[in-house]
Amino acid sequence: MAEKKYRVVHYLNQFYAGIGGEEKANIPPLIKEGAVGPGRPLQQALGEEGEIVATVVCGDSYFAENIEAAAETVVEPVSRYKPDVFVAGPAFNAGRYGIACGASCSAVSKKLGIPVITAMYKENPALELYRKEVYIIPTANSVRGMAEAIPKMAGFVRKLGLRQEIGLPEADGYFPRGIRVNRFVSRTGAERAVDMLLSKLRGEPFQTEYLMPTFDRVLPSPMVKELQSATIALVTSGGIVPLGNPDRIEAASASKFAEYNIAGVYDLTPDAFQTCHGGYDPVYANNDPDRVLPLDAMRALEKDGTIGKLYDHYYVTVGNATSVANAQKFGKVIAEKLKAADVDGVILTST
Amino acid sequence: MVHVASIVPISLTVGANRIVPAVAIPYPLGNPALPEDEERELRLKLVKKALRALQTEVEKQTVFEE
Repeated sequence: MAEKKYRVVHYLNQFYAGIGGEEKANIPPLIKEGAVGPGRPLQQALGEEGEIVATVVCGDSYFAENIEAAAETVVEPVSRYKPDVFVAGPAFNAGRYGIACGASCSAVSKKLGIPVITAMYKENPALELYRKEVYIIPTANSVRGMAEAIPKMAGFVRKLGLRQEIGLPEADGYFPRGIRVNRFVSRTGAERAVDMLLSKLRGEPFQTEYLMPTFDRVLPSPMVKELQSATIALVTSGGIVPLGNPDRIEAASASKFAEYNIAGVYDLTPDAFQTCHGGYDPVYANNDPDRVLPLDAMRALEKDGTIGKLYDHYYVTVGNATSVANAQKFGKVIAEKLKAADVDGVILTST
Repeated sequence: MVHVASIVPISLTVGANRIVPAVAIPYPLGNPALPEDEERELRLKLVKKALRALQTEVEKQTVFEE
Protein backbone atom coordinates (compact mmCIF):
# COMPACT_ATOMS: atom_id res chain seq x y z
CA MET A 1 0.00 0.00 0.00
CA ALA A 2 1.76 3.13 -1.20
CA GLU A 3 2.22 5.96 1.31
CA LYS A 4 0.90 9.30 0.19
CA LYS A 5 3.61 11.11 -1.73
CA TYR A 6 4.79 14.43 -0.36
CA ARG A 7 4.12 17.29 -2.75
CA VAL A 8 6.84 19.62 -4.00
CA VAL A 9 6.66 22.88 -5.93
CA HIS A 10 9.85 23.91 -7.71
CA TYR A 11 10.93 27.44 -8.68
CA LEU A 12 13.05 28.06 -11.78
CA ASN A 13 14.07 31.09 -13.79
CA GLN A 14 13.18 31.59 -17.43
CA PHE A 15 16.48 30.11 -18.59
CA TYR A 16 16.37 26.82 -16.72
CA ALA A 17 12.72 26.42 -17.57
CA GLY A 18 13.73 26.50 -21.21
CA ILE A 19 11.73 29.61 -22.02
CA GLY A 20 14.58 31.81 -23.11
CA GLY A 21 17.66 33.78 -22.16
CA GLU A 22 18.04 37.43 -21.23
CA GLU A 23 15.44 38.44 -23.77
CA LYS A 24 12.92 36.62 -21.59
CA ALA A 25 14.29 37.88 -18.31
CA ASN A 26 11.30 40.04 -17.61
CA ILE A 27 8.49 37.52 -17.90
CA PRO A 28 6.09 37.50 -14.95
CA PRO A 29 5.49 34.25 -13.07
CA LEU A 30 3.84 31.37 -14.88
CA ILE A 31 3.08 27.82 -13.82
CA LYS A 32 3.94 24.58 -15.51
CA GLU A 33 2.54 21.26 -14.37
CA GLY A 34 5.01 18.71 -13.03
CA ALA A 35 8.77 18.88 -13.23
CA VAL A 36 10.61 21.05 -15.76
CA GLY A 37 14.28 21.29 -16.75
CA PRO A 38 16.49 20.52 -13.69
CA GLY A 39 13.28 19.50 -11.94
CA ARG A 40 13.35 16.28 -13.92
CA PRO A 41 16.59 14.87 -12.48
CA LEU A 42 15.41 16.24 -9.14
CA GLN A 43 12.16 14.27 -9.48
CA GLN A 44 14.17 11.18 -10.41
CA ALA A 45 16.24 11.56 -7.25
CA LEU A 46 13.09 11.91 -5.15
CA GLY A 47 11.88 8.58 -6.54
CA GLU A 48 8.44 7.37 -5.54
CA GLU A 49 8.33 9.16 -2.21
CA GLY A 50 7.80 12.68 -3.48
CA GLU A 51 6.26 14.40 -6.44
CA ILE A 52 7.04 17.72 -8.04
CA VAL A 53 3.47 18.72 -8.77
CA ALA A 54 4.22 22.09 -10.33
CA THR A 55 7.02 24.42 -11.38
CA VAL A 56 6.81 28.18 -10.95
CA VAL A 57 8.84 30.09 -13.52
CA CYS A 58 9.73 33.77 -13.45
CA GLY A 59 12.10 36.06 -15.33
CA ASP A 60 15.21 37.03 -13.39
CA SER A 61 14.92 40.73 -14.15
CA TYR A 62 11.20 40.78 -13.47
CA PHE A 63 12.05 39.48 -10.03
CA ALA A 64 15.14 41.51 -9.24
CA GLU A 65 13.58 44.82 -10.22
CA ASN A 66 10.74 44.43 -7.79
CA ILE A 67 11.67 41.75 -5.33
CA GLU A 68 8.94 42.04 -2.76
CA ALA A 69 6.12 42.31 -5.24
CA ALA A 70 7.51 39.48 -7.34
CA ALA A 71 7.85 37.25 -4.29
CA GLU A 72 4.20 37.95 -3.52
CA THR A 73 3.16 36.87 -6.99
CA VAL A 74 4.96 33.55 -6.50
CA VAL A 75 3.23 32.82 -3.21
CA GLU A 76 -0.29 32.63 -4.65
CA PRO A 77 0.26 29.86 -7.21
CA VAL A 78 2.37 27.95 -4.70
CA SER A 79 -0.46 28.01 -2.19
CA ARG A 80 -2.88 26.68 -4.79
CA TYR A 81 -0.82 23.51 -5.15
CA LYS A 82 -0.63 22.97 -1.39
CA PRO A 83 2.91 21.57 -1.42
CA ASP A 84 4.69 20.04 1.53
CA VAL A 85 7.99 21.48 0.37
CA PHE A 86 9.04 24.43 -1.81
CA VAL A 87 12.41 24.20 -3.54
CA ALA A 88 14.09 26.87 -5.67
CA GLY A 89 17.06 26.77 -8.05
CA PRO A 90 19.88 25.80 -7.92
CA ALA A 91 21.03 29.35 -8.64
CA PHE A 92 24.80 28.74 -8.60
CA ASN A 93 26.46 32.17 -8.85
CA ALA A 94 23.65 33.98 -10.64
CA GLY A 95 22.83 37.02 -8.52
CA ARG A 96 19.34 37.87 -9.74
CA TYR A 97 18.35 34.20 -9.78
CA GLY A 98 19.80 33.74 -6.29
CA ILE A 99 17.77 36.68 -5.07
CA ALA A 100 14.65 35.29 -6.73
CA CYS A 101 15.23 31.90 -5.12
CA GLY A 102 15.96 33.36 -1.69
CA ALA A 103 13.11 35.83 -1.81
CA SER A 104 10.50 33.37 -3.02
CA CYS A 105 11.60 30.83 -0.41
CA SER A 106 11.42 33.50 2.24
CA ALA A 107 7.96 34.64 1.14
CA VAL A 108 6.59 31.10 0.88
CA SER A 109 8.00 30.26 4.28
CA LYS A 110 6.63 33.37 5.94
CA LYS A 111 3.24 33.53 4.25
CA LEU A 112 2.43 29.84 3.88
CA GLY A 113 4.52 28.26 6.62
CA ILE A 114 5.83 25.71 4.14
CA PRO A 115 9.37 24.30 4.57
CA VAL A 116 11.67 25.75 1.92
CA ILE A 117 15.11 25.10 0.54
CA THR A 118 17.29 26.58 -2.18
CA ALA A 119 20.89 26.19 -3.33
CA MET A 120 23.60 28.54 -4.56
CA TYR A 121 27.31 29.27 -4.67
CA LYS A 122 28.95 30.75 -1.56
CA GLU A 123 29.65 34.07 -3.23
CA ASN A 124 26.18 34.57 -4.56
CA PRO A 125 25.18 37.95 -3.11
CA ALA A 126 21.83 36.44 -2.23
CA LEU A 127 23.46 34.13 0.28
CA GLU A 128 24.13 36.85 2.82
CA LEU A 129 20.68 38.27 2.22
CA TYR A 130 18.70 35.10 2.83
CA ARG A 131 20.87 32.63 4.73
CA LYS A 132 19.30 33.52 8.04
CA GLU A 133 15.75 32.80 6.94
CA VAL A 134 16.13 30.02 4.42
CA TYR A 135 18.02 26.72 4.25
CA ILE A 136 20.59 27.19 1.50
CA ILE A 137 22.73 24.35 0.17
CA PRO A 138 26.18 25.16 -1.22
CA THR A 139 26.79 24.50 -4.87
CA ALA A 140 29.57 25.04 -7.38
CA ASN A 141 29.68 28.39 -9.10
CA SER A 142 28.18 27.30 -12.43
CA VAL A 143 25.79 24.85 -14.08
CA ARG A 144 28.72 22.44 -14.34
CA GLY A 145 27.87 21.70 -10.70
CA MET A 146 24.32 20.62 -11.53
CA ALA A 147 24.98 16.89 -11.30
CA GLU A 148 26.48 17.38 -7.87
CA ALA A 149 23.77 19.76 -6.67
CA ILE A 150 20.71 17.70 -7.55
CA PRO A 151 21.26 14.76 -5.17
CA LYS A 152 22.11 17.18 -2.35
CA MET A 153 18.93 19.12 -2.96
CA ALA A 154 16.89 15.94 -3.29
CA GLY A 155 18.20 14.67 0.04
CA PHE A 156 17.17 17.86 1.73
CA VAL A 157 13.77 18.04 0.03
CA ARG A 158 13.17 14.47 1.13
CA LYS A 159 13.97 15.27 4.75
CA LEU A 160 11.61 18.22 4.71
CA GLY A 161 8.93 16.22 2.88
CA LEU A 162 9.12 13.37 5.39
CA ARG A 163 9.11 15.90 8.23
CA GLN A 164 12.48 14.70 9.46
CA GLU A 165 14.49 16.94 11.70
CA ILE A 166 17.17 19.04 10.08
CA GLY A 167 20.45 18.77 11.93
CA LEU A 168 23.37 21.14 12.24
CA PRO A 169 24.84 22.70 9.09
CA GLU A 170 27.90 20.42 8.97
CA ALA A 171 25.76 17.32 9.29
CA ASP A 172 23.06 18.19 6.80
CA GLY A 173 25.13 20.19 4.34
CA TYR A 174 23.74 23.70 4.31
CA PHE A 175 25.22 27.15 4.92
CA PRO A 176 25.21 27.98 8.64
CA ARG A 177 22.34 30.30 9.31
CA GLY A 178 23.96 31.96 12.27
CA ILE A 179 21.55 30.34 14.67
CA ARG A 180 23.14 29.28 17.90
CA VAL A 181 21.88 26.02 19.27
CA ASN A 182 22.37 25.42 22.96
CA ARG A 183 23.49 22.01 24.08
CA PHE A 184 25.14 20.42 27.07
CA VAL A 185 28.73 19.21 26.93
CA SER A 186 30.75 17.54 29.64
CA ARG A 187 33.60 20.05 29.86
CA THR A 188 33.31 23.74 30.73
CA GLY A 189 34.08 26.47 28.21
CA ALA A 190 37.23 27.33 30.13
CA GLU A 191 38.55 23.78 29.82
CA ARG A 192 37.68 23.58 26.12
CA ALA A 193 39.29 26.96 25.48
CA VAL A 194 42.51 26.02 27.27
CA ASP A 195 42.66 22.73 25.39
CA MET A 196 42.27 24.63 22.13
CA LEU A 197 45.01 27.04 23.11
CA LEU A 198 47.37 24.24 24.06
CA SER A 199 46.75 22.56 20.71
CA LYS A 200 47.36 25.85 18.95
CA LEU A 201 50.62 26.41 20.84
CA ARG A 202 51.78 22.89 19.97
CA GLY A 203 50.98 23.54 16.33
CA GLU A 204 48.32 20.82 16.47
CA PRO A 205 45.00 21.16 14.66
CA PHE A 206 42.05 22.42 16.64
CA GLN A 207 38.43 23.17 15.88
CA THR A 208 37.13 26.61 16.77
CA GLU A 209 33.63 26.75 18.18
CA TYR A 210 33.07 30.18 16.72
CA LEU A 211 34.29 31.01 13.25
CA MET A 212 35.19 34.65 12.80
CA PRO A 213 34.04 36.25 9.57
CA THR A 214 36.76 37.57 7.28
CA PHE A 215 36.96 41.22 6.37
CA ASP A 216 38.60 43.31 3.71
CA ARG A 217 41.97 45.01 3.84
CA VAL A 218 42.28 48.67 2.88
CA LEU A 219 45.13 50.47 1.12
CA PRO A 220 46.68 52.92 3.62
CA SER A 221 45.97 56.55 2.77
CA PRO A 222 48.91 58.94 2.51
CA MET A 223 49.83 60.95 5.60
CA VAL A 224 48.38 64.37 6.26
CA LYS A 225 50.93 67.01 5.36
CA GLU A 226 50.83 70.45 6.96
CA LEU A 227 48.45 69.76 9.77
CA GLN A 228 48.36 73.43 10.73
CA SER A 229 46.42 74.22 7.54
CA ALA A 230 44.49 70.94 7.36
CA THR A 231 40.76 70.43 7.81
CA ILE A 232 40.10 67.48 10.08
CA ALA A 233 36.70 65.84 10.48
CA LEU A 234 35.24 63.76 13.27
CA VAL A 235 33.26 60.59 12.63
CA THR A 236 31.99 58.17 15.25
CA SER A 237 30.35 54.79 15.50
CA GLY A 238 29.63 55.56 19.12
CA GLY A 239 26.16 56.92 18.53
CA ILE A 240 26.65 60.52 19.72
CA VAL A 241 23.60 62.42 18.48
CA PRO A 242 21.71 65.61 19.29
CA LEU A 243 19.49 65.19 22.34
CA GLY A 244 16.39 63.28 21.40
CA ASN A 245 18.09 61.35 18.60
CA PRO A 246 16.14 63.31 15.97
CA ASP A 247 17.02 61.00 13.12
CA ARG A 248 16.20 57.92 15.15
CA ILE A 249 19.44 56.06 14.63
CA GLU A 250 18.77 52.61 16.01
CA ALA A 251 20.46 51.41 19.19
CA ALA A 252 21.53 48.29 17.35
CA SER A 253 21.64 47.15 13.74
CA ALA A 254 21.69 50.73 12.53
CA SER A 255 20.04 51.18 9.20
CA LYS A 256 21.47 54.65 8.72
CA PHE A 257 24.09 57.22 9.61
CA ALA A 258 23.53 60.95 10.15
CA GLU A 259 25.36 64.19 9.53
CA TYR A 260 25.20 67.02 12.05
CA ASN A 261 26.38 70.60 11.85
CA ILE A 262 28.69 71.58 14.70
CA ALA A 263 29.68 75.03 13.51
CA GLY A 264 29.87 77.23 16.58
CA VAL A 265 29.69 74.28 18.98
CA TYR A 266 32.73 74.12 21.25
CA ASP A 267 31.71 71.50 23.76
CA LEU A 268 29.25 68.61 23.78
CA THR A 269 27.04 68.84 26.84
CA PRO A 270 24.21 66.63 28.17
CA ASP A 271 21.59 69.29 27.56
CA ALA A 272 22.25 69.14 23.82
CA PHE A 273 23.76 65.75 23.00
CA GLN A 274 23.43 62.14 24.04
CA THR A 275 24.38 58.67 22.96
CA CYS A 276 21.89 56.38 21.24
CA HIS A 277 24.22 53.37 21.09
CA GLY A 278 22.71 50.31 22.77
CA GLY A 279 25.95 48.36 23.06
CA TYR A 280 27.72 50.09 25.89
CA ASP A 281 26.82 51.61 29.23
CA PRO A 282 25.59 55.07 28.17
CA VAL A 283 25.97 56.91 31.46
CA TYR A 284 29.49 58.25 30.83
CA ALA A 285 28.81 59.33 27.28
CA ASN A 286 25.57 60.98 28.32
CA ASN A 287 27.29 62.87 31.12
CA ASP A 288 29.95 64.10 28.72
CA PRO A 289 29.55 63.21 25.04
CA ASP A 290 33.09 64.52 24.36
CA ARG A 291 34.25 61.24 25.84
CA VAL A 292 33.11 59.55 22.63
CA LEU A 293 33.21 62.43 20.16
CA PRO A 294 36.14 64.62 21.31
CA LEU A 295 34.79 67.93 20.10
CA ASP A 296 36.19 70.04 22.94
CA ALA A 297 39.70 68.74 22.34
CA MET A 298 39.46 69.39 18.60
CA ARG A 299 38.29 72.96 19.24
CA ALA A 300 41.23 73.55 21.56
CA LEU A 301 43.63 72.31 18.88
CA GLU A 302 41.92 74.47 16.30
CA LYS A 303 42.25 77.50 18.55
CA ASP A 304 45.96 77.02 19.22
CA GLY A 305 46.73 76.42 15.54
CA THR A 306 47.67 72.74 15.74
CA ILE A 307 45.08 72.01 13.09
CA GLY A 308 43.79 74.43 10.47
CA LYS A 309 40.10 73.76 11.00
CA LEU A 310 37.62 71.30 12.44
CA TYR A 311 35.18 70.37 9.69
CA ASP A 312 31.73 71.86 10.30
CA HIS A 313 29.92 68.53 10.18
CA TYR A 314 30.43 65.27 11.94
CA TYR A 315 29.05 61.86 10.96
CA VAL A 316 27.57 59.30 13.29
CA THR A 317 26.17 55.86 13.28
CA VAL A 318 25.83 53.11 15.86
CA GLY A 319 28.39 50.36 15.56
CA ASN A 320 26.39 47.80 17.50
CA ALA A 321 25.51 44.71 15.47
CA THR A 322 25.80 46.84 12.35
CA SER A 323 25.80 44.60 9.34
CA VAL A 324 29.10 44.59 7.47
CA ALA A 325 27.16 45.46 4.37
CA ASN A 326 25.59 48.52 5.95
CA ALA A 327 28.82 49.61 7.55
CA GLN A 328 30.58 49.42 4.21
CA LYS A 329 27.78 51.37 2.61
CA PHE A 330 27.83 54.12 5.24
CA GLY A 331 31.61 54.35 5.14
CA LYS A 332 31.62 54.74 1.39
CA VAL A 333 29.01 57.49 1.39
CA ILE A 334 30.60 59.36 4.29
CA ALA A 335 34.01 59.14 2.65
CA GLU A 336 32.61 60.56 -0.57
CA LYS A 337 31.06 63.48 1.26
CA LEU A 338 34.27 64.21 3.15
CA LYS A 339 36.28 63.99 -0.02
CA ALA A 340 33.92 66.34 -1.81
CA ALA A 341 34.33 68.79 1.05
CA ASP A 342 38.14 68.67 0.75
CA VAL A 343 38.62 67.30 4.24
CA ASP A 344 42.27 66.35 4.75
CA GLY A 345 42.00 63.84 7.55
CA VAL A 346 39.49 62.04 9.71
CA ILE A 347 39.46 60.89 13.29
CA LEU A 348 37.02 58.01 13.64
CA THR A 349 36.13 57.04 17.19
CA SER A 350 34.61 53.73 18.22
CA THR A 351 33.38 52.39 21.51
CA MET B 1 41.94 58.32 8.63
CA VAL B 2 42.90 57.24 12.12
CA HIS B 3 40.74 54.92 14.19
CA VAL B 4 40.60 55.68 17.89
CA ALA B 5 39.21 52.34 18.92
CA SER B 6 38.37 50.66 22.20
CA ILE B 7 38.83 47.18 20.79
CA VAL B 8 42.02 47.11 18.73
CA PRO B 9 41.63 43.52 17.42
CA ILE B 10 38.33 44.50 15.86
CA SER B 11 39.89 47.57 14.33
CA LEU B 12 42.61 45.36 12.88
CA THR B 13 40.06 42.88 11.57
CA VAL B 14 38.12 45.55 9.75
CA GLY B 15 41.26 46.82 8.10
CA ALA B 16 42.03 50.15 9.78
CA ASN B 17 45.60 51.16 8.97
CA ARG B 18 46.19 53.76 11.66
CA ILE B 19 44.87 52.69 15.03
CA VAL B 20 45.08 54.47 18.36
CA PRO B 21 43.92 52.40 21.32
CA ALA B 22 41.17 54.15 23.24
CA VAL B 23 40.70 54.23 26.99
CA ALA B 24 37.63 52.03 27.46
CA ILE B 25 34.44 51.06 25.71
CA PRO B 26 32.03 53.42 27.48
CA TYR B 27 34.53 56.32 27.42
CA PRO B 28 37.06 55.87 24.63
CA LEU B 29 38.39 59.42 25.08
CA GLY B 30 37.74 60.03 28.74
CA ASN B 31 38.05 58.68 32.24
CA PRO B 32 35.27 59.44 34.71
CA ALA B 33 37.55 58.47 37.59
CA LEU B 34 39.67 61.55 36.96
CA PRO B 35 38.87 65.11 37.98
CA GLU B 36 37.47 67.12 35.08
CA ASP B 37 40.58 69.05 34.15
CA GLU B 38 42.77 65.92 34.19
CA GLU B 39 40.23 64.12 32.04
CA ARG B 40 40.32 66.94 29.50
CA GLU B 41 44.11 66.72 29.49
CA LEU B 42 43.89 62.99 28.85
CA ARG B 43 41.50 63.57 25.97
CA LEU B 44 43.71 66.23 24.47
CA LYS B 45 46.71 63.92 24.69
CA LEU B 46 44.82 61.11 22.96
CA VAL B 47 43.58 63.37 20.17
CA LYS B 48 47.12 64.71 19.66
CA LYS B 49 48.32 61.12 19.36
CA ALA B 50 45.63 60.50 16.77
CA LEU B 51 46.77 63.56 14.81
CA ARG B 52 50.37 62.35 14.97
CA ALA B 53 49.20 59.05 13.52
CA LEU B 54 47.57 60.97 10.67
CA GLN B 55 50.90 62.63 10.02
CA THR B 56 52.73 59.31 9.88
CA GLU B 57 53.25 57.47 6.62
CA VAL B 58 52.27 53.81 7.01
CA GLU B 59 52.56 50.86 4.69
CA LYS B 60 50.57 48.41 6.74
CA GLN B 61 48.22 48.34 9.68
CA THR B 62 49.88 50.21 12.53
CA VAL B 63 48.80 50.51 16.12
CA PHE B 64 50.12 53.70 17.72
CA GLU B 65 50.61 52.60 21.29
CA GLU B 66 52.78 55.18 22.98
